[in-house]
Amino acid sequence: MTSVESTPGERRTKNASPFFRGLKRLGAGLFSMVATMFGLLLVTFLIARVMPIDPVLALVGERASQEVYDAAYKQLGLDQPLVVQFFYYVRDVVTGNFGTSVLTARPVIEDIGRVFPATLELATLATIIGVVLGIPAGVVSAVYEGRWPDQIVRFIGLFGYSMPIFWIGLIGLLVFYGKLGWVGGPGRLDIYYEDIIPSVTGMILIDSLIARDWTIFWNAVSHIILPASILGYYSLAYISRMTRSFMLEQLSQEYITTARVKGLSETKVIWRHALGNVMIPLITVIVLSYANLLEGSVLTEVIFAWPGLGNYITNALLSADMNAVLGGTVVVGLVFVGLNLLSDVLYKLVDPRAR
Amino acid sequence: MNLDTQQSPETAAPKQSLKAWLNSDVPASRFQANMVQLYSGWLKLVANPLAFLGFLILVGLLASAVFAPWLATADPVAQDLAARLTPPGTDGFILGSDELGRDIYSRIIYGSRITLLIVTLVAVTAPVFGLLVGTFAGYLGGWADEVLMRVTDVFLAFPKLVLALAFVAALGAGIENAILAISITAWPPYARIARAETLTIRNSDFISAVRLQGAGTLHIIVRHIWPLCLSSIIVRMTLDMAGIILTAAGLGFLGLGAQPPMPEWGAMISAGRKFILDQWWVATMPGLAIFIVSLGFNLLGDGLRDILDPKKSKS
Repeated sequence: MTSVESTPGERRTKNASPFFRGLKRLGAGLFSMVATMFGLLLVTFLIARVMPIDPVLALVGERASQEVYDAAYKQLGLDQPLVVQFFYYVRDVVTGNFGTSVLTARPVIEDIGRVFPATLELATLATIIGVVLGIPAGVVSAVYEGRWPDQIVRFIGLFGYSMPIFWIGLIGLLVFYGKLGWVGGPGRLDIYYEDIIPSVTGMILIDSLIARDWTIFWNAVSHIILPASILGYYSLAYISRMTRSFMLEQLSQEYITTARVKGLSETKVIWRHALGNVMIPLITVIVLSYANLLEGSVLTEVIFAWPGLGNYITNALLSADMNAVLGGTVVVGLVFVGLNLLSDVLYKLVDPRAR
Repeated sequence: MNLDTQQSPETAAPKQSLKAWLNSDVPASRFQANMVQLYSGWLKLVANPLAFLGFLILVGLLASAVFAPWLATADPVAQDLAARLTPPGTDGFILGSDELGRDIYSRIIYGSRITLLIVTLVAVTAPVFGLLVGTFAGYLGGWADEVLMRVTDVFLAFPKLVLALAFVAALGAGIENAILAISITAWPPYARIARAETLTIRNSDFISAVRLQGAGTLHIIVRHIWPLCLSSIIVRMTLDMAGIILTAAGLGFLGLGAQPPMPEWGAMISAGRKFILDQWWVATMPGLAIFIVSLGFNLLGDGLRDILDPKKSKS
């Protein structure tokens, strides 16, 4: 999602120094990010306002007297105009105050900090799987355009786009855990390994490496491999498709013909020259797919009882814990916007033409 | 064709002329021009086996929704506790029975009605709204464009499923709210597409000509810009439908979509989740139905892109 808008102002400053132009561009990017985040908060605020749950009742309970109710009503700022309430809301979010979760009786921000590493671990491993398999698949499919390797890759991608992730997760559990016993079941670790190693990063794979506890490391691997592969499959479908179309574009360029005429080996032409140029737009694709995985993990986490952000939001949802739901939504949205911005910045850093 | 004319020259004459009428290079009326275009599109669709397979799958979905009472072998909500969790193929349960002894095959057949309802309602709301926002933003330009696109960006910035979850949480679980939530999260890409198309059209000569004839902004957008945006919107819609079905099924799976005893496919998988290790068919069969239908939309969408877009768009 790179922005391709060119405002008239940009054309006017064409003669200005590159530094000034870069500054201006950075400013515009920052402004658009802040505007988007502001809108994001507005949406979650409005969602919180239309919900049929009375926040005061949730706080004081149903048998509270009218005086207690009124006091809480005032304390929550509900007697203020909507604009003022929104201002308070933005202030709270900026200072990291998402309220207290009804379910865990702890501040939502603490809860999120606790569950987020699990999601991050899963999404990272899935992205690695998607990149390592997806890019070569896309390259092969572009080189053999229209022939059987291309068709196979296309079919793998189509299946990935068409399968409900929670269904394929269940089937994976049935086959690889239930019937074959190759992988660990739901959860991050077998129950008797839990809470043995000290939590440093919150990511068990890394924590167990730090503690040099190989038993726990391999147990964690056996648990994460199935959900990560399933998420990675989706990432693979997307990355291979994009790689294919980028590669096709490059392979039709004249410099490829030149390289071939020069007598360069086909391997070098494809894997060094063409793929080298494709890597720049691919970075954007990979970052976006990473952002999508953070979201796509909601259903996977539910199936695999993975104690991450998606599971947290879903559990909060089912028990009408709105503070936790909205806090989680805002955090997911912010991460999403942040990653989008990162992909934009990376693109501009790597591609000299976009500077 | 030749055989036809030899056997019955009288009846063949109008038939052949119908074909000639459909293949005409110089259509005499707008209706004929539309028909010619439709016919050539149809020929291309038939020539593309995968797209045609997708088309057939969707015809099958439509048929099973329309003829559900005749296709189903049992009442989809009738419980028979004596026959709970029967394996497929026994006692007249083609695909087995679920935890309340209901026939899974019949439930899947009736469930196609819910899927079709979701798809249709989302298809008539989200793209229309996106088209409206996108064309006005693109045609008006200036601050209107800036504001509308900023709003679109905000909605694009949210991950779809999470936003839909938050909406359903606020509005309450149920199929209507699930559809509403999906529509709210699905419109921004259409606005982007419509705006991009509008920007390429709005400065062309024929728009200037219409404007010189005194046509108002609304007239130009509705009569001259919308028709030209349609084909990209339709392609995108067909490709999106698979994702919409998956999101709807995901909401149903989490218990936020259609409520029991409605035979919604996602909710059926959720119910079968408890028995997955011993009675695998309860969760597997409805998932297969979701997979086939969304595969159908993906295949048709891929084919339509090739048919409707001569440029063969990249992604």
